[in-house]
Amino acid sequence: MKKLGELLVQEDSFEEILMGNQALVRAMVETKTLVVTSYPGSPTPEIASAIQDIPQDRQPFYFEFSVNEKVATEVAFGAAINGNLACVFYKSVGLNVALDSFVQLGLFNIIGGMVVVIGDDPGANSSQNEQDNRNIYRMAKVTVMEPASPEEAYAYYKQAAHLAAAHKTVVVLRLTTHVCHARQKIKFAGYQKEKGYKTEFNKENGPYIPLTVLALEMKRLAMERTGRILPFIRKAKLNREIKSADSQGKGIITSGLTWLAVMDVLERSTYRPNLLKLGVTNPLEREGILSFLRSNDQVLILEELDDILENQIKAMAYDQGLTTTIIGKTSDKDFIGEFTPDKTLEKILATWPEMMPGEIKELGQKEKLPAVTVPDRPAQMCPGCGHRSAFFAIKKALGNDDITVADIGCHTLGYMPPYEVGEVLMCMGASPGIAAGLSLNNEKKKVVAFLGDSTFFHAGLPGLINTIFNHHNITLIIMENGTTAMTGHQDHAGGTIKIETLLKGLGIESVLACDTYSQEKLTGLVKHSLEIDGLSVVIARHPCMLKFTRSQRKKPGYVQKHITIDPAICTQAHVCVEAFGCPSFVRNLDGSVGVNADLCLGDGSCRPSCPEKAIGFEKEER
Amino acid sequence: MKEYNIYITGVGGQGIGLLSQTLLRGADHAGLEVMAVDTHGLAQRGGVVVSRIRCGSSVFSPLTLSHHCDLVLGMEIHEALRGLETALKKGGTLVYMALAWQPLPVRLGQCQAVTPENISNACTQLAARSLSVQTSGLADARMHNMALVGTVAKHDLIPGVAKADYTRALKDLLTGDLLVQNLDVFNRYAR
Repeated sequence: MKKLGELLVQEDSFEEILMGNQALVRAMVETKTLVVTSYPGSPTPEIASAIQDIPQDRQPFYFEFSVNEKVATEVAFGAAINGNLACVFYKSVGLNVALDSFVQLGLFNIIGGMVVVIGDDPGANSSQNEQDNRNIYRMAKVTVMEPASPEEAYAYYKQAAHLAAAHKTVVVLRLTTHVCHARQKIKFAGYQKEKGYKTEFNKENGPYIPLTVLALEMKRLAMERTGRILPFIRKAKLNREIKSADSQGKGIITSGLTWLAVMDVLERSTYRPNLLKLGVTNPLEREGILSFLRSNDQVLILEELDDILENQIKAMAYDQGLTTTIIGKTSDKDFIGEFTPDKTLEKILATWPEMMPGEIKELGQKEKLPAVTVPDRPAQMCPGCGHRSAFFAIKKALGNDDITVADIGCHTLGYMPPYEVGEVLMCMGASPGIAAGLSLNNEKKKVVAFLGDSTFFHAGLPGLINTIFNHHNITLIIMENGTTAMTGHQDHAGGTIKIETLLKGLGIESVLACDTYSQEKLTGLVKHSLEIDGLSVVIARHPCMLKFTRSQRKKPGYVQKHITIDPAICTQAHVCVEAFGCPSFVRNLDGSVGVNADLCLGDGSCRPSCPEKAIGFEKEER
Repeated sequence: MKEYNIYITGVGGQGIGLLSQTLLRGADHAGLEVMAVDTHGLAQRGGVVVSRIRCGSSVFSPLTLSHHCDLVLGMEIHEALRGLETALKKGGTLVYMALAWQPLPVRLGQCQAVTPENISNACTQLAARSLSVQTSGLADARMHNMALVGTVAKHDLIPGVAKADYTRALKDLLTGDLLVQNLDVFNRYAR
């Protein structure tokens, strides 16, 4: 197989197994998308890694990681009103950050066209909630396409780009986690290279100033535009109906990945209902849906998260006086989690038990295996992680009553045992503000906020500036690892702007910094900072060891070091395994502690934790 | 083939991505209709990683129904048992490595570690075939995944996919020294 980056810009058509996120990049290339922006967040970061895999001299468009999702949206919008087809992509909750700008997009005459790719995360696989952004798409009056598979992600992006450019508007491509990450073989079309950025901005293409009476006029134009989009949806056949010869008057309406779960479950059914798969979920194509309702006695709507389709479809049926029974969500459970094949089966069984054969009903029950509970395996900070040393050291500086506020990033994991540092978490950049609120009229307890370096630039700055402006009494600890680690090591503004310089420029008097492996020093700096009345900042610095070790391993002559525990000195105090908690430690049945050589980096960050100094470095000749 | 489901599980950092892609591409080279999906959440940080591969003419979703997998591959003993309990169907096959990357509750002394005996009891209950893969001879833990691919090839576990298909898949995915080293481990276990 050719290198991914080379395949993605190859002019001839080809067939290849790709991930949904990677297939999208080919669609961007084929549609001549000219500007692409993003802020990293799962489930979408592989879109960026695919783009960055394309050789520098063959980059088909301009790409940037913007400082946050809002700025990314604005950069893409600016490029698009200059006449360039533009795309911005981010994760589900990234839309919250972008919202102020995002809700305006539908109002404008975007002459180049704009596609917003949003990776929603039903099941909250890697997000702090599983919000249903379809609620927001309705409010923003934007057209939304929902692919079910990588193949459809590729095809729908092309449709979205085509629609956005033709109608000078914005189209949302709503992906979900397992559409982004699925892999399948896809036939990709050829294309002709043609690059040329446009600079066609002209205020006559507007109005571009949504103020006073114009705001309402722009809304009217936006609604008119939506009306013009419906014929496109019909023509492009993005909604698909599959009629059954033996439906017994039953029908299912669904969309996205749930559609594939339905198809899988029905492979096992005793009869098949009629099916309507919606490729466009906003605006709804009324005529097609009404005709489907008319041709069935009972219709089950299977949609994960909120009851967006259900409410609209029920309203349509009511207006038309239809007698079709419409079954949607029946309990709170139906609003929670992904509609996996299991959940889809459960819902179909609850609605039409006779549709499924007896043996599959039994399979729904968990096999009765011997009662062995497999211990949970929560995510961990990696071996050698500087955050572990930081939490171990900082905990020693904190009083029992002090309050710790976490933020988003790898350091969030500090909330878990054995550290339990971080007692409240909200969203990106929220920690300085929450800490400030907690500090009000709170003389007895110190309040400490944690913030990662990428998050600092993303959304942490306003909260920090607020603490200066309003004289709040908090200690902020910036966990600086030099990268956006959690989402796969994307660069951030800290490479260009030194945080320490910025903090001093803001006039913060107490800014202290040290490497987190210097644990005693860090404990001292935090203790000192906690005594300061007002804002104090500690930068707890250590490069991301996952990233660092990967780059070290590529160097010739690299030798993997390990630590070793001297059994003659070890008193089995278990501080290393229980309090420092590096995953490289092994707890043996006889109470002794071992080292998992597959995991240990030999970084030695654990050594200060041992009260007996039993941890040493393994001799190199081994 | 109508349907053949594979569930691959282990811990973040064990190379499940490459393992899954090798099987996926191997199945494709053998002419099977095939799709896959990885679920990793925060797994890069030592959490559970699951990858599913589905082959056949009547599969649609990359996700599978519980207890519907013909083959479960476990790269770590705790995850092997977890995978067995949630994914393997009656009479299916488990291939696993008995090595342990102890999960947090075990290291904290709060839970018992899973033993090979736990696995064999669960297999008996499910009338499942079980193959334990020894990796103690492999110096580099990053090649453990190839020991599993080799074992799958040796026992012809995925119907219709031959050793040559996996070799071709590896040649798609790797180059240079990495390819040579991985192929070497694969061949050792496929023999």
